[in-house]
Formats: sequence, structure tokens, C-alpha cells
Amino acid sequence: MLRTLISGQLQLGLAQAAAAALAALLVVMLARKRGIHLEGEAGIAMARGIVQIVAVGSILLLLLRAPRWTSVFLLASMMVAAGATSARRAKGMPDAFRVSTWAIACGAGSVIAVMAWLGVINTGITSLVPVGSMLIANAMNTNGLALNRLRSEVLSHVGEIETALALGAEANVSVAPYVQGAFESSLIPAIDSLRSLGIVWIPGLMAGMLLSGARPVYAAIYQFVVLAMIFAASGLTSLVSTILIRSRIFTSAQQLILQAGR
Amino acid sequence: MALAGPSGAGKSSLLRLLNRLDEPTTGTVYLEGADYRQIPPRELRRKLGMVSQRPFLFPGTVAENLRFGPCQRGESLPSASVEELLVRVGLEGYATRPVANLSGGEAQRVSVARTLANSPLVLLLDEPTSSLDDASKREVELLIQKIVREQELTCVVVTHDTAQAQRLAQRALLLEAGRIVRIGRVQEVLHA
Repeated sequence: MLRTLISGQLQLGLAQAAAAALAALLVVMLARKRGIHLEGEAGIAMARGIVQIVAVGSILLLLLRAPRWTSVFLLASMMVAAGATSARRAKGMPDAFRVSTWAIACGAGSVIAVMAWLGVINTGITSLVPVGSMLIANAMNTNGLALNRLRSEVLSHVGEIETALALGAEANVSVAPYVQGAFESSLIPAIDSLRSLGIVWIPGLMAGMLLSGARPVYAAIYQFVVLAMIFAASGLTSLVSTILIRSRIFTSAQQLILQAGR
Repeated sequence: MALAGPSGAGKSSLLRLLNRLDEPTTGTVYLEGADYRQIPPRELRRKLGMVSQRPFLFPGTVAENLRFGPCQRGESLPSASVEELLVRVGLEGYATRPVANLSGGEAQRVSVARTLANSPLVLLLDEPTSSLDDASKREVELLIQKIVREQELTCVVVTHDTAQAQRLAQRALLLEAGRIVRIGRVQEVLHA
């Protein structure tokens, strides 16, 4: 309907964004009716999202002619921003920003580097930055899930953890079941994406490749490649972040720092 | 020694400090003449065995719970020792039972046996009967008296029940708002 009413591409894009935001707003209002207040967080997230993606789109236009090495700086900046975003999901966890940034850099960064070196990801800026950003964004989500889950698991098992400590267990041993649980649950979205690929959803990258004239079989295989890379980057990020944070939630005398109300 | 006092007086906090689950802001604790901060925390906690209000048993069997402490030092507790500990807490033949099937009183006895498996020098008990019914409460009290007498263990028990303090302890320390109000023989402290 919008296409018949609006002719310019930019105006069409704005109208489509408004329609999608309206749908999101309806959900927020429904949640509000049930006493769940999402309006602040969801409103800010949507406003930030549109501003950021338009800004990055504009920058990408400029970067099309930039030398290849600039993509390294761009990806590094994305990792820092991703670290800051996912650290917010780890309220009360000591050093969450540094842990998140290091974990994303190790997880997403190493997968991007190895895959670029192997030639799986084209090192051209127009390819490396969008594919790299996909890996970083997914690593960010996984990291946020892992830290958030670990936090709630630890807070609801303080008694068990301190009992293990009181029996002479090392701090790492006392939280091992909760670290493992957080790691496993953080990977559920990445595993489900791989499992349902092509059956439940056809991701945007494959659709884009088809539209730009790639052979359907290659587009399909490359979509699998991207999801496998996402899984690797997310898994490595979650592993690094849970290992790094577990030693930070204890003092040097192996006392649990993270406690409700502290 | 009974630690007595009203709720919020700092009884459990003092016990946590003794076990070094919390760090004292000032002062220190001496164990066998040594500043306890000089003792590695894991070794200290093994020596100062602690039993909390709720038993917090780990998923698995009774025997697996009893083996947890020694296993942390790379030691394996033989089945005979497991059975011996269970006899001491009145749970003979319970070794292979899943902890999920235990009653509150049984779970607390397993918790005591699990702490004893570490051969502590001092037993710290944080209101060990507060979550039990009257029958189980009396059973656990008798068990504590028996263990302390037989093993000649120093035992510090937190309780807000003055009658229980008199049954279990010879000496008492009365706390109020984080400060020691009285310390001495249990009768003198609780009936002053």
C-alpha cells in the first residue's frame, strides 16, 4: 500500500520505518496494559537504532572509497560499543564492560580475523564491515545473555555457593554449575538459528545476495557459512566472558562479592 | 559457646567472619595463635567447619555430598568412612539415597556429616535447627551434643532460643546491635 502512495525511495523508507515503529509501539502499549513498563527502554532503543543505522549507512557510503585498513578501526569501535551495550545486562557484575569488550574482541575478533585470512570473508571494506558487524552484534547478544543468566543464577544460589566455599572448594568450583548453565543458555539462539535455517527463516543476507544476482545455491551455502561463523564467534565470546567474570565475582580471599542487595 | 541476641544483632555475621566468608573491616581472628589472614582461605574453612541454617545439599546422593569436602583437597573418602559418618549422625544405610528424597531433619544431619567429613577443629553452627519441626529440632540438638562430646570439638552455635543455648552450650556471648553485651557462663549471660 505504501508503495502506491509514496514514490521517492527516502520517503518510502521513512514511511516503512514509521509503520514498523508503530507495530513495536503497539506491543509496548499492550505490555503497559499488563503492568510491564517497556516504554522507556524500548523507546530509547528504537530511537538509537534508527539514528545509528542511518549514521552508519552514511559513513559506509564515505568508506566505500577508503583504504582497507580503515575497516579494522571501524570493527574495533563496534566491539567497544558492543561491550558497553552488553555490559548493561550485567548489573552489579564487577568489571562487566572490560570483560564484555575483551570477550567480544576475542570471540568475534578472532573469528573475523581467521575467516578473513582464509578468504571466507572478503577483505573489501563493503564486505568485511557488514559481515563483521553481524558477528559482533551476535557476540554482543550472546555475551549479554551469558552475563545476565550467570548473574541471576549466582544470586539465586548464594547459599549453595557459600556452602561449597565453606567446605573448602575453590571459588571456580563453587560456581562451575552456574557458569556452565549460563554458557549453554546463552548459545540457545545461535543453535536454534542454525537448526531452523531455511525451514523457519530465510535470513536477510541470503535474500540480499539473491536480489543482487548471486546463484541461489551459493547464496544458501554462504548463509550457512555466516551462521556457522556467528555460532563460533558467539560461543567463543560466551566462553571467554563467563571465564573472565567468574574470577571477578570473588575477592582474593574467595569471598562472594555478588550478593542481592549489595 | 552460644552466640545469642535478638534478630539483626550480628550473630550470623560474626560466624561468617569466623569462617572468612566475609572480611572484617577492622580487627582479625586468631586460630591456634596465628592471624587467620595468614592461613589460605580454603584451609581455614576446612578447619572451621560451618553448618548453615538451611542444609543446601548438592544434587546427587548422600555419599556424594559427604565426599565433596575431601574431594576438594584431592582426597577420596572411602565407603567405610562414609558409612561411619552416617552412623554418627544416625543415618546408617543412607549413602546411596538421593538427597532430594530426604526430610528436613535428615538433610540437616547430612549437612552436619558433610562438614565433619572435613575433620574440622571447630564447628560453627548457624541456627542449625531454625528450619526444622520440633521433633527434628530435638534430634539435631542431641546429635550436636553427642558429636561435640565425643570428638571434644570446640563448637560455636548461633541461636536466638535461650532454652536451646542452655541445652547446648557451656558459655555464651550476648550480642546487641553488633556489639558484645556480655560474655561468660551461659547461665550468667542469659539470666543477668
